[in-house]
Amino acid sequence: MTFLRRSLVGAVGATLIFVGSASAQTTLLNVSYDPTRELYKEFNSAFSAHWKELGNGPVTIRMSHGGSGKQARSVIDGLDADVVTLALEADIDAIAENTGKIPEDWRADLPNNSSPYTSTIVFLVRKDNPKGIKDWGDLTREGVEVITPNPKTSGGARWNFLAAWAYGEKAFGGDEEKVREFVGDFYRHVPVLDTGARGSTTTFVQRGIGDVLLAWENEAFLSLEELGPDEFEIVVPSISIKAEPPVTLVPGNTETKDTTEVAKAYLDYLYSDEGQKISAKHFYRPSNPSAADPADLERFPDLELVTVDDFGGWKEAQPYFFGDGGVFDKIYTPGN
Amino acid sequence: MVLEASFDAAPAAPAETWTPPTSERPLVKWTLVGIALAFLGFFLFLPLVAVFVEALRGGVGIYFDAITEPDAVAAIRLTLIVAAIAVPCNLVFGLAAAWAIAKFRFPGKSLLITLIDLPFSVSPVVSGLVFILLFGSQSLIGPWLISNGIEIVFAIPGIVLATIFVTFPFVARELIPLMQEQGTGDEEAALSLGASGWQTFLYVTLPNVKWALLYGVLLCNARAMGEFGAVSVVSGHIRGLTNTMPLHVEILYNEYSFQAAFAVASLLALLALITLSIKSFLEWRFADGLKAQRSGH
Repeated sequence: MTFLRRSLVGAVGATLIFVGSASAQTTLLNVSYDPTRELYKEFNSAFSAHWKELGNGPVTIRMSHGGSGKQARSVIDGLDADVVTLALEADIDAIAENTGKIPEDWRADLPNNSSPYTSTIVFLVRKDNPKGIKDWGDLTREGVEVITPNPKTSGGARWNFLAAWAYGEKAFGGDEEKVREFVGDFYRHVPVLDTGARGSTTTFVQRGIGDVLLAWENEAFLSLEELGPDEFEIVVPSISIKAEPPVTLVPGNTETKDTTEVAKAYLDYLYSDEGQKISAKHFYRPSNPSAADPADLERFPDLELVTVDDFGGWKEAQPYFFGDGGVFDKIYTPGN
Repeated sequence: MVLEASFDAAPAAPAETWTPPTSERPLVKWTLVGIALAFLGFFLFLPLVAVFVEALRGGVGIYFDAITEPDAVAAIRLTLIVAAIAVPCNLVFGLAAAWAIAKFRFPGKSLLITLIDLPFSVSPVVSGLVFILLFGSQSLIGPWLISNGIEIVFAIPGIVLATIFVTFPFVARELIPLMQEQGTGDEEAALSLGASGWQTFLYVTLPNVKWALLYGVLLCNARAMGEFGAVSVVSGHIRGLTNTMPLHVEILYNEYSFQAAFAVASLLALLALITLSIKSFLEWRFADGLKAQRSGH
């Protein structure tokens, strides 16, 4: 037995050494969320080239993609991210609170609330829009089925809820009773309340359920591109919410890895003309449109956009609308 | 028992004096055979075919592009590395555990048997979370690991640990019933004839269990390469670094790269088929040895 134990300890030890001797070249780890894969694929090679032009050594950028909340959890548990580029402010806040690796006022570090690109909530409908859906009001018509995830479990779905709410406020002149009624009615048109955005997309696209999918604009374009424009089309409503996916540095990691300088340059480059152009190309609305390709910009129709600050910011909106016993719990009863 | 069952399923050793144990009418017999075949066809064969059909839908060129893309190659390499570490570890673990349980009496033996089964009864996600709780940066020893530059979770060691944990029971579970059935008679004889403990193990115990051991190792290997849940939790999903093949398949699928996803999935299926072929081949090649062992050495 002693022999066996020793060989076991040896094997595990060998593994540790084997992995410990990773390369010493400059490597950045960007922990991001699901739909940014193509964006960062192109951006990373552009940045590598740019970094070399500035007379620096080669830099390798590694990517990790996953659900935004799960990715934040991984960084909290020790995933060695140099920068995080996630979907929600709350996810980065969670890292800041739990690890102290990110300063609490991180949002002020970079321009535009640390969001180099934004998106909004639009409708994905079936080809030729058979139900004639034009705006939020059409979603509560008899026989229209809406696909959106559960805002209690899905961070992304909270934007959908707030966008619907914003329409209600505008349509009913701020009469909160009527707005609640409208949003409640809206959720009664949801046949399947999936737990996450991916699940909803699958429900709508693969299983063919529902007439309209509420989606981030960039993801709607991505679905359209990947699954064929002959099956779906995008409808932009009159009013929606400005989704601001934030990016930030993780100084707690970059300082030990001695990558702060290059990680900062990486994030700054997102705001450069080149970075803005690439963002627009991959369906995110650039914060500086003048740098983007006009042909790309044409894909983003103008619409009235509210921001989460109109709801008092996430810190206020989150418990008020989505906390236990909050507005969503009051207006939504499953199976009604 | 498990070993017996696997032999019964093998066509390798039909005894010549075989008589049917029941005398059902042919109708009953063929109905049952038909149901079994239909079930297998529907739940095993059809999905397998679907994987390959989907993988080759866009042509062979795209198929090879998908499996030679750098991230895919890294995933394949990582999967093989992980299996190459986890399987030998579990071979040693399983053999040691089975030996201890079958050949010795000691207090807490039934507890040990229950513990060996634990990875089977626990959800793989929990198996992965255990390692995050143990070695993550929020854990007790996490800060010490970090200050010493030791990476476990979100790196290869974590993936290896999770895989070892999940695949631990396979070898032990195959060996324990057989070794218990065989008893300690052969070993006692060897020892009384003057063999050393090591010799007894090498020349008596090991040959007696080699088939069960091989079967356990093959199953262990198949699961080690295919494990998703536990590995997903500890991986961190860094492309080209900590993505195994099953994780890579999921990522590709989520990105609407269906054909590439199925191409990599078909490689996993191929690995499983190769594993099964090796098992069948060995059973066929060593049919005589099997028969001897089966009829109770």
